[in-house]
Amino acid sequence: MSEKTTTNTSFLNDAGNRAMLFQAVLLIAVVAVGYYLFHNLQANLENQGISTGFAFLNEPAGFPILIHLIEYTEANSYGRAFLVALINTILISLMGIILATVIGVVMGLARLSQNWLVARLATVYIETLRNIPLLLQMFFWYFAVLATLPHPRDSIIFGDFFLNKRGIYSPEPIAQDGFGVVIFGFLACVMAAIALVVWAKKRQKQTGVWFPAYWTSLAIIIVGTVVFYFLAGSPVEFDAPTKSRFNVTGGMVLVPEFVAVLVALSTYTGAFIAEIVRAGILSVNWGQTEASRSLGLPDGLTQRLIVLPQALRVIIPPLTSQYLNLAKNSSLGAAIAYPELVAVVMGTTLNQTGQAIETIGLCMLVYGSLSLSISVFMNWYNKKMSLIER
Amino acid sequence: MAIEFKPSPSLPPPSNAVGPVAWVRKNFFSSPLNIFLTFFSFYILYLLIPPALEWAVFDATWEGTSKAACTAGGACWAFIRVRFDQFMYGLYPATEYWRVNVAAILLVVLVGMFAIKAINKLLLSIAIIVVYPIIAYFLFAGGVLGLEVVETSLWGGLFLTMLLGIIGIVASFPLGIILALGRQSKMPVAKSVCVIFIETIRAVPLITILFMASVMIPLFLPDGMNFNKLLRVLIGITLFSAAYMAEVIRGGLQAIPKGQYEAADAMGLTYWQSMILVILPQALKLVIPGIVNTFIGLFKDTTLVYIVGMFDFLGIIQMANHDANWLGTTTEGYAFAGFVYWAICFGMSRYSMAVERKLDTGHKRN
Repeated sequence: MSEKTTTNTSFLNDAGNRAMLFQAVLLIAVVAVGYYLFHNLQANLENQGISTGFAFLNEPAGFPILIHLIEYTEANSYGRAFLVALINTILISLMGIILATVIGVVMGLARLSQNWLVARLATVYIETLRNIPLLLQMFFWYFAVLATLPHPRDSIIFGDFFLNKRGIYSPEPIAQDGFGVVIFGFLACVMAAIALVVWAKKRQKQTGVWFPAYWTSLAIIIVGTVVFYFLAGSPVEFDAPTKSRFNVTGGMVLVPEFVAVLVALSTYTGAFIAEIVRAGILSVNWGQTEASRSLGLPDGLTQRLIVLPQALRVIIPPLTSQYLNLAKNSSLGAAIAYPELVAVVMGTTLNQTGQAIETIGLCMLVYGSLSLSISVFMNWYNKKMSLIER
Repeated sequence: MAIEFKPSPSLPPPSNAVGPVAWVRKNFFSSPLNIFLTFFSFYILYLLIPPALEWAVFDATWEGTSKAACTAGGACWAFIRVRFDQFMYGLYPATEYWRVNVAAILLVVLVGMFAIKAINKLLLSIAIIVVYPIIAYFLFAGGVLGLEVVETSLWGGLFLTMLLGIIGIVASFPLGIILALGRQSKMPVAKSVCVIFIETIRAVPLITILFMASVMIPLFLPDGMNFNKLLRVLIGITLFSAAYMAEVIRGGLQAIPKGQYEAADAMGLTYWQSMILVILPQALKLVIPGIVNTFIGLFKDTTLVYIVGMFDFLGIIQMANHDANWLGTTTEGYAFAGFVYWAICFGMSRYSMAVERKLDTGHKRN
């Protein structure tokens, strides 16, 4: 600017100066409060004789963990226990996300159904589960449903499956020699299917001839894997659970803690996802469906090629936040002793070692990065799905 | 003689195109899939409704003093009746229940006074937000005017749940507005403080915040200075929902066209004047559903205080379930709790829809 703007305002009345001043005060206040808290923390830790740092992670934990996908005994360290708990959290979150999505899509579509009764039933489901606290639902599944199942000696039996207070017992598949061949075969089929899809797309772009690539590739993967399975000589054996007089042994068991958390998380989040799916589908203009029909597309293709891609654009952002909520809500499993992060680290480890800052910090860090990775993935997917405007 | 053209009256539509028969056909039997779904739904209803009714109504026991009285095989509602006071007030001394009741009635009366047109709304709001909490606090805690002191650790039941919910809602709303405005601010320091706060809180579950409030805060305070656990938990809940509230309000702020901001500036309004008089009234109206959803979420989240050892409504029911006199009444307890939570949350969502319709002035972008 060639000419300096004349200021007849006082220093404090200038908006820029005031902003600077305000920010300086804010910064000083934040730093001062931070320093004060940190100072108190140090003094308190010294008074109480708590040593800081993560050295405790190497000490033996000395407590058992009900569910561990990796090797774990009481003699293992706190670090190992942390890892086990982290895997449990990720396990329940991933399974919950998959199940909740299925429930949500089914219920969302059901609420839009032409069938009056189906739509009403879906509405009742959604409005009931959405408005009851998740913790209450978890308690209900755990204490009122699963805990009232019969004792092991009176297990409910469906073939090789047993249902009792201790959980759901099912045959456990055990890989024998030659299972590698099946895995290899499966991967080969997947590659072949991908190649087929790529070829079909390319041909359609060049010649316009359409090929049912998705169904064919699905058939290739399933049939191919089955063929490889028998070629390798059925290398999977099932270890069926057996019922003795008072107990059920062997096989695979889903413990009630896991089932309760999974059912509660997925039905609860599913109700929210159902509303998102419904809103997404309703957001696609009816004219799009009519236009698609007038082009001669059958109903299935109309849904898959016209409605769904447009609905997904509306669905994905809120869906992401539901996935994030589910991952964070898995921490409620601590209340019914599902050994996830909060229960193991902020519960048992904190009680035994007194390392409040470290354990809570660790948990916050893990949840922070879990949230971040889910949102990075969903943002990538959203970008892929979003409208490319020219 | 001219021949007059007389159209014959139109025929009524065929009987299978209108009326109840057509409705049933269209809704229940329009296609094979639909027919299957209809029968499937009726089958599900048949599986659910009769046993549920039998359990909850026909075979239920309403009177009695222990589980032994419930012999009919159905629900044992006597459990709820006997424990009702405890579910409402927690461990609050029974002789002092009237204090909670008085505070509750006072609140209902004060809020109800908004309906009277002749009353100054501003004064009434101040009475509710500033004066009422002081009165309520002394009523609950006692220690003045000869009222017996009641420790906050004895507060519980639905009373505690409502307390946490209402204070959380009232406190997190203005805090959320400030955080949202801070995030939209052009001042880099203010903006980054708000962004870091919001994103950190939103990344972690409420339990970690509550654990922080109950375990970590005492470590950050100077020796000897400590404050009540209820207050710490309240702060935790408020900060948590303020972060979510801020994001909802930010959505509203972003939806306001730039012209509104410029027009407010052109009128010579200061920042706060333009926000309070021009921007916020429009922005908040746009995001009423989101705000109420956050309130509902907060209300449901108050159940988590049970995990850090407070006996709110759910907590006190969970505790009563372990009573040796009433073993096996868990389902009744949860059904009662579920119904109360459901009624409150569903009511809030319906109320928000009504408010939305009332305030709708057609500015919404559709």
